[in-house]
Amino acid sequence: MSLLAPALTEAGTAGCILFILLVPLAWAGLTLINTGLGRSRSAAHSMLAALCVVAVAALVYFACGFAWQGYLGRPAHVFTLAGKGWNWLAAEPLFLRGLRLDGSPASLAAWLQMLSVGLAALIPLGSGADRWRLPASCASTALLAGFTYPWFAHWVWGGGWLAQLGANYGLGRGLLDAGGSGSIQAAGGLTALSIAWILGPRLGKYSRDGIPTAIPGHNAVLVLLGCALALVGWLGLNSAGAILFTGAALTGTVLVGVNTTLSAAVAALAVLMITRMRFGKPDASLVANGWISGLVASSAGCGSVTPAAALLIGLVAGILVIFSIELLEVRLAVDDPSGAVSVHAVAGIWGVLALGFFGRFPGAAGQWLAQLVGVATLLGFVLPLTYGLNWLLNRFYPQRAPLEGERLGMDVSELGATAYPEFVIHTEEFIPR
Amino acid sequence: MKLAGFLLLLAGWAIVLSAVVLLASPPQRAGIALAGIGIEALGLVLAVRSHLAPSGDRG
Repeated sequence: MSLLAPALTEAGTAGCILFILLVPLAWAGLTLINTGLGRSRSAAHSMLAALCVVAVAALVYFACGFAWQGYLGRPAHVFTLAGKGWNWLAAEPLFLRGLRLDGSPASLAAWLQMLSVGLAALIPLGSGADRWRLPASCASTALLAGFTYPWFAHWVWGGGWLAQLGANYGLGRGLLDAGGSGSIQAAGGLTALSIAWILGPRLGKYSRDGIPTAIPGHNAVLVLLGCALALVGWLGLNSAGAILFTGAALTGTVLVGVNTTLSAAVAALAVLMITRMRFGKPDASLVANGWISGLVASSAGCGSVTPAAALLIGLVAGILVIFSIELLEVRLAVDDPSGAVSVHAVAGIWGVLALGFFGRFPGAAGQWLAQLVGVATLLGFVLPLTYGLNWLLNRFYPQRAPLEGERLGMDVSELGATAYPEFVIHTEEFIPR
Repeated sequence: MKLAGFLLLLAGWAIVLSAVVLLASPPQRAGIALAGIGIEALGLVLAVRSHLAPSGDRG
């Protein structure tokens, strides 16, 4: 059985185009957050790397990503297991050759995905900040945009077996993930975890006893501006996703907007209050992480839950992210400068699960199990795949910058110039000129 | 230990899929699927522990 693409009215198509046009603001937001939470001596490198990975992601997705991902009702590879069809990979021609770019739902989905895969590729940049070589980050992005992302996204959004769990096995409406809590955020966050593991911690992050040293971000203004831009981008992403992947009407995007905003707001305030209670003062970078975690968790169920449920989803996301960041840094020795693993993987997985608990739509019985199967697939398929691909890449092309380059800063070592040549003085080491 | 962790992640996923495909009764299906998630959690713990060793200062 094949799922069908939603029928869009002219107004729906126009609305969808407008929403998709907002998505690059989410790129801008994440880029500023990654840069602000990194060191000043790697700021230009961080911005340039963001631009490069977004470019690589778009080109690779154009070349082969959409061919593997496809869309509802389009050609796919299917095998039969126990009498049920398992749609496991799209069968589109390379370079979008089989797709008419005429405003059809499939063409809009391809455009949205070309932007979304760039968003997913920006997530690991945060965990690899200050030590990930530029060519290696581009190569890793090519693997993400060419294999990991489209493969899983086909299962969720391309009419694949996860989307058909409802039709084939009676699990609600199959895995639902309108704005990509799982397909974009958790997939990117698990790749970020793989990168943090493979690169290892930054120079000086942990003492020989394993005690972490705080390396604060260099520019809180960039981080907080990034949060504001990310909200606008997420409103577009969630709205377009709800229309194209869950068949929401244009008027349904009002609920999407309200839920997205509420979730981010309550997550940020929850983190603000918790950090104030624990440390005496609010922590700006953690509050920013809380804001983004609320956006991330809102994505899956943005059009399927009530505003009250969105508040609860955001609240839990904020609480989860603050303790997850601490656990990863202090107990598990994962050096993740931007908190990408907690913000995108942990909150993304929570968002996918939360839809199963709070989703309100006809035929929702068994939905929680469909969402659970989605989470199991993220952990049991996406994480080993993305880790394995990046591990292989690292064997042939070391991803981490040399020690001397890291000491000088990625700006000087890879670009030959710093982001702030007149204003920054490095006190901890002398930079020879 | 790292390889064992990732193999457990794959095994847990396979158990979840098997539960969905082979079992028809919702409680049985849910129980086995949750057991599969438990196996995945164990695999994640092993994968995390295998990455703890090289956490010392490189400098």
